[in-house]
Amino acid sequence: MSSAAETMIDVRVWRGGEEGEYQSFSVPRRDSQTVLDVVTWIQRNADPTLAYRFACRVGVCGSCAMTVNGRPRWTCRTHVSKVVEDGRLEIGPLANLPVIRDLAADMSPFFDKWQKAEGTFVPSRTRHEPLETISPESAERQAADAAIECINCGVCYAACDTVRWSPEYFGPAALNRSWSLVNDVRDAGNLKRLAAAASNGGCHNCHSHQSCEQLCPKGLNPTASIAGLKRRTMQAYIRGEIS
Amino acid sequence: MSARPHTTGYRGDRLWIAAMVHRVSGVLLAAFLPLHFLVLGLAIRGEAELDGFLQWTKSPLVKFAEIGLVLLLAIHLLGGIRVLVIENMPWRDGQKRMATLAAVAAVGIAGVFLIALL
Amino acid sequence: MSAVRLYTWQRLTAVLMVPLIAVHLIIIIYATNRGLSAAEILGRTRGSIAWGLYYSLFVVAASIHGAIGVRGVAREWLGWRETALDRLMWIFGVVLLVLGLRAVIAVVAL
Repeated sequence: MSSAAETMIDVRVWRGGEEGEYQSFSVPRRDSQTVLDVVTWIQRNADPTLAYRFACRVGVCGSCAMTVNGRPRWTCRTHVSKVVEDGRLEIGPLANLPVIRDLAADMSPFFDKWQKAEGTFVPSRTRHEPLETISPESAERQAADAAIECINCGVCYAACDTVRWSPEYFGPAALNRSWSLVNDVRDAGNLKRLAAAASNGGCHNCHSHQSCEQLCPKGLNPTASIAGLKRRTMQAYIRGEIS
Repeated sequence: MSARPHTTGYRGDRLWIAAMVHRVSGVLLAAFLPLHFLVLGLAIRGEAELDGFLQWTKSPLVKFAEIGLVLLLAIHLLGGIRVLVIENMPWRDGQKRMATLAAVAAVGIAGVFLIALL
Repeated sequence: MSAVRLYTWQRLTAVLMVPLIAVHLIIIIYATNRGLSAAEILGRTRGSIAWGLYYSLFVVAASIHGAIGVRGVAREWLGWRETALDRLMWIFGVVLLVLGLRAVIAVVAL
């Protein structure tokens, strides 16, 4: 069906679980093609047993994150023309997470760490009390707003060296979420949250490599959030609020 | 064939290299420091002992190593300042440029030492 | 030892050492420029309380900082567990402290 002059891409795709191999496919090159288009083409035309995830395919849900030529990215927002090297692509599951099958990684540890980092809002008022007014211009609200847009895609977690080196490290996303709550003046859970951030899995693991900040598809800055947590936990420690 | 997926992570960026260099320089300095203290401790036994060792340090190989150590110290100092700035001051963009400047400064300091030696 | 405690000590000794190292680098360059015989070095340091205090402070800070730093590297790159890490940190820290203060005494005491 393809013309003689059609360009093909040599795509190597991870097959298997924790153990497996890269399988090669020859995929026709198209204009404005994304890596998700490539994976979809493979599953529909070459091998229906290929497992992968996507949802919105327009860059708002974060489900299609995979490792492309060594970097974690959203495949629906990655143009083949930007990443193909010598007509070759290598696609694998997101790093630092267990592999379910092929390109689908298990996000459970990622969400577990969100919980461990106390990334849940703890209310300080009941429905019987007046609403607390928060100025969007206040320093705390600006800090929270800068961190709040995280959709938990896992790219930062996959990129982080320290997550790779220390299995208990909560990771950039969980700590970024924690920081957004630390700055929420309505929240009442900061003591427990700072204690979690100061624990063995907490913010002090971070060495500011800034891979998270470089690669976040939403332009967030977990390194800065973690730096904020380091300052707050150090203050709390010196004041004797945590040990 | 059984292998593992390639999960080397994202690396090679200038700031990543800065962090790695900072760490390696720290480890090397930690290895050097006990030797440094031992050499200085030779002075306890009198000037002659220290002088005997210091004659050895005039050899070119040792001079070369000393330049390396000054470079390590300068690198580790500047890398450490980078970390302190990130952690305690308002966020700055343009860090890649600063990292490059810091590398140049470290080489500059080592260069001054080299000139002092010659 | 808790992560925040190690972090605090590491960063505080780091901040302390920034000026100490700057001075040290200048001394090294100055000393090598002038020639590095034992008499030269010891002539400046012997009997000097100022140098004694400066170098003692430097040794204490460096021992703490280096011990905690090395602990972190062993944890992440060698995968050691808590007890082994603490042992490494204390032993290395004490070794640096003892050798360092001995060296300070060697060059300052008459």
